[in-house]
Amino acid sequence: MNNMRKIERDVKMTDTKITARSVNVHYGDTHAIKDVDVNIADKTVTAFIGPSGCGKSTFLRCLNRMNDTIDICRVTGEIKIDDKDINHKSVDPVQLRAQVGMVFQKPNPFPKSIYDNIAYGPRIHGLSKSKSELDEIVERALRRGAIWDEVKDRLDQPGTGLSGGQQQRLCIARAVATEPEVLLMDEPCSALDPIATAQVEELIDELRQDYSVVIVTHSMQQAARVSQKTAFFHLGNLVEFNDTGEIFTNPSDPRTESYITGRIG
Amino acid sequence: MTDITNAPAVPRKATSTELVAASLKRRRRKQIRLQWIGLGAISIAFLMLFILVASLVSTGWQAFTQTHVTLEVYVDPEEVPEDRLPRGGFRDVLGASMGQMLPDVDMSARETARAVEGILSNGAQFELRDRVVADPSLIGQTFTMTVPVSDPYDQLNKGLIERETEEVNRRVKDNEIAWFDTLADSGAISKPFNWGLFTNADSRFPELAGLKGALVGSFWALLTCFLISFPLAIGAAIYLEEFAPKNKLSDFIEVNINNLAAVPSVVFGLLALAVFIGWFGMPRSAPFVGGLTLALMTMPTIIIATRAALKAVPPSIREAALGLGASKQQVVFQHVLPLAMPGILTGTIIGLAQALGETAPLLLIGMNAFITSAASSPFDSSTALPTQIFIWADSPERGFVSRTSAAILVLLGFLVTMNAIAIYFRQKFERKW
Ligand SMILES: Nc1ncnc2c1ncn2[C@@H]1O[C@H](COP(=O)(O)OP(=O)(O)OP(=O)(O)O)[C@@H](O)[C@H]1O
Ligand SMILES: [Mg+2]
Repeated sequence: MNNMRKIERDVKMTDTKITARSVNVHYGDTHAIKDVDVNIADKTVTAFIGPSGCGKSTFLRCLNRMNDTIDICRVTGEIKIDDKDINHKSVDPVQLRAQVGMVFQKPNPFPKSIYDNIAYGPRIHGLSKSKSELDEIVERALRRGAIWDEVKDRLDQPGTGLSGGQQQRLCIARAVATEPEVLLMDEPCSALDPIATAQVEELIDELRQDYSVVIVTHSMQQAARVSQKTAFFHLGNLVEFNDTGEIFTNPSDPRTESYITGRIG
Repeated sequence: MTDITNAPAVPRKATSTELVAASLKRRRRKQIRLQWIGLGAISIAFLMLFILVASLVSTGWQAFTQTHVTLEVYVDPEEVPEDRLPRGGFRDVLGASMGQMLPDVDMSARETARAVEGILSNGAQFELRDRVVADPSLIGQTFTMTVPVSDPYDQLNKGLIERETEEVNRRVKDNEIAWFDTLADSGAISKPFNWGLFTNADSRFPELAGLKGALVGSFWALLTCFLISFPLAIGAAIYLEEFAPKNKLSDFIEVNINNLAAVPSVVFGLLALAVFIGWFGMPRSAPFVGGLTLALMTMPTIIIATRAALKAVPPSIREAALGLGASKQQVVFQHVLPLAMPGILTGTIIGLAQALGETAPLLLIGMNAFITSAASSPFDSSTALPTQIFIWADSPERGFVSRTSAAILVLLGFLVTMNAIAIYFRQKFERKW
C-alpha cells in the first residue's frame, strides 16, 4: 500500500505546472529577485522559505502577475504555466488570476457579507448558472476553508466582523471558490491559532489532490509538515530547491543549513 | 572613612524619579496653560457665532409674522361688472369695506379715502381680483377676507414705529394711528405666521416680498450645479486616481486642480460672463448659467474630496479583488467606489453648501435682477438666496431690514442642514478597516 502511494506520488510530481527561467524583479533600484530558475510541480505543495525581505512574496506575486499593479516593479525573465508564457501580451492578467488564486499575508475580506465574499469570484467569472448552484459553491468553499461550521448561521453578516483567524480562512475559502489550478498562499497561517493552522494545513494537503499549491511560510515545521518540495530564498537568490525531506535533513548549501538551524533569519 | 562624612557636602545627584517628578510639574503646567488657551479660542469663536445669530434673530424674527386685517367684502356689481372682470374696481371695493369698518371716517374726501385704502397692502386688490376671477359667483356676495396690511402699519403693529415719536418724524400720522387702533379694537387685526415669506416672490412692497423666487432660483442653480459637477468631478477623480499614468502631465493637472479650488469666486463669475453669456449667448440672470458657474467652482472641491476618499480605501481590498481575477474596472466600480461613496457624498454636500452661499459669481451674471415671479425653468430669470439677501439689504424700505435678516436666517438654516447631513453621512458610514 504504502509503496504504491509513494510511486503514484512520484509519478505525479514529475508533471511540471510552472517553470520559471532567469526571473529578475526590480523595485525601482532594488533588485529583489535575482535570476531565479525553478520548476513547480503539479499536484504538489511547494514551500518557499527564507529570511524576511528575501523576496518570497515578490516571487510569489510574479506567478499571478500581481506585481503588474505596482508601478515601480519591473519583472523580466520567462514564467510558463502549462507551457504558456504568462507574461506574453496575449495573456490577460485577469484570466491568469482566475486560474492562479492567491491568499495574502494579511487577511483582506471585502467589507461585504460572508456569502458575497465567497460568491464574488464565481459571480464575476460566471461559474454558476443559478442561485442554488451558487449556494452550493459557497458552501463547498466554506467547508474547504474549514470555516463552514462557524459561519453557516450568519452568512449575511459582514466578513470584516470575523476574528483575524476566521477572516484568513474566509479568504482561503474565497480563493478556492473560483476553482483555480494553482493556489498561491503568502503566510496564510501567520494570524491563526494552532487549531486553525492545523485545519488549514489539512486543507492544503487536500487541495494538493487537485491543485498545485505554493505556500510561503516562516515556520520550518509547517514547511516540513505540508510541503513536498521546498525552495530556500536568500537575498533575492533561490539558494536551494529540493524535496522537502532533503532540504531539512541534508541541505547542500551552507546558507540553507544555517537558516534551518536558526543561525540566519 | 571619617573623611567622607566630614567632606563638604558634594551636591548629590538627583535620582531619575526626582527628575521625572520635577519635569512632571513643568509639563502639567504647560498642559494646563494649553488647555486654557484652547478653551479661550473656542469661547471666542462661540461668542462670535452667538453674536451673529443673536443679532440676526433679534432683527429677523419680526419678519416671520405679518400683520393682517380681516375685512367684510361686498363685491359690488357696479364696481365689478361681470363682462370685464379682471379690470374691475377692486381697490374701490376694498376701500368701501374699510369705510364700513371705520364708520367715523368721512370717506367722501378723496384724500382720506386714499389714505384709508393705504392701510391695506397694495397686493390686497390683486388677491381679491384673483379670488373673484376664479369664482365669479362671488359678485354681489359678501364674504370675509384676511389681507396683509401695508408696511408702515405692519411696523406700527410690531412696535417698530414708535408712537412717542413726533408726528412729523413718523411715517404713520396721528389720525392713521387712530384708524388702526379702531380696527385693532374691533378685533380685525391679526398677526399670523408670515407664510408669504416663503410663498411670495420678490416685490417692491416689503409686506408682499417673499423668498419663493430666490428659493426656486437657488434650487435650479444647485440642481444644475450638482448634475454637472458631480458626474464630471467623480469621473475626473476616478480617472486621475485609478487609471491615469503617474507622470509629469498628471502632476501638472493635479496641481492645477488644487489651484482651481483656491481661485476667488468672482473670477469664475467673470469667466461665466465672458464665456457662457458673451460667447455662447446664454440668457442673463438664469439659474442654469448660475449653476454652470457654481459647477466650475464646486468641481475642484468634489474632485479633491473624491480622490481623498478613493485613496483612503485600503490597498488590501484592491489586491483581494485583483487576486480573484477582477478587472481594474471591476475593482474600481464594485469595490473601491462603493467604499469611497460616503466620503464622496460628504465632499459633494459640503461643496454644494459652499455653492449655495456663493454670491459674487451670481451677481456678475445678473442674478440680482428684480424679478417678481418664481422661475418655472432653469432658463427663466431669477434671483437666488444670497443675491436676494443682497437686493433686500440694499432696499431703502424699513420693512426690508427685518426681511434681510430673516432671509439670512433661512440661508443659514439650509447651510446648517446640509452640513448636518454631511456629518451624518461621515459618521454613519465611517469604517474601521
Ligand atoms: N512594493 C514594494 N516597493 C518597493 N520595494 C518592495 C516592495 N515590496 C517589496 N519590496 C522590497 O523587495 C524585497 C523583497 O520583499 P518581499 O516582500 O518579497 O520579502 P518577503 O520575503 O516576502 O519578506 P517577509 O517574509 O517579511 O514577508 C524587500 O527588500 C522589499 O524591501
Ligand atoms: Mg512576504
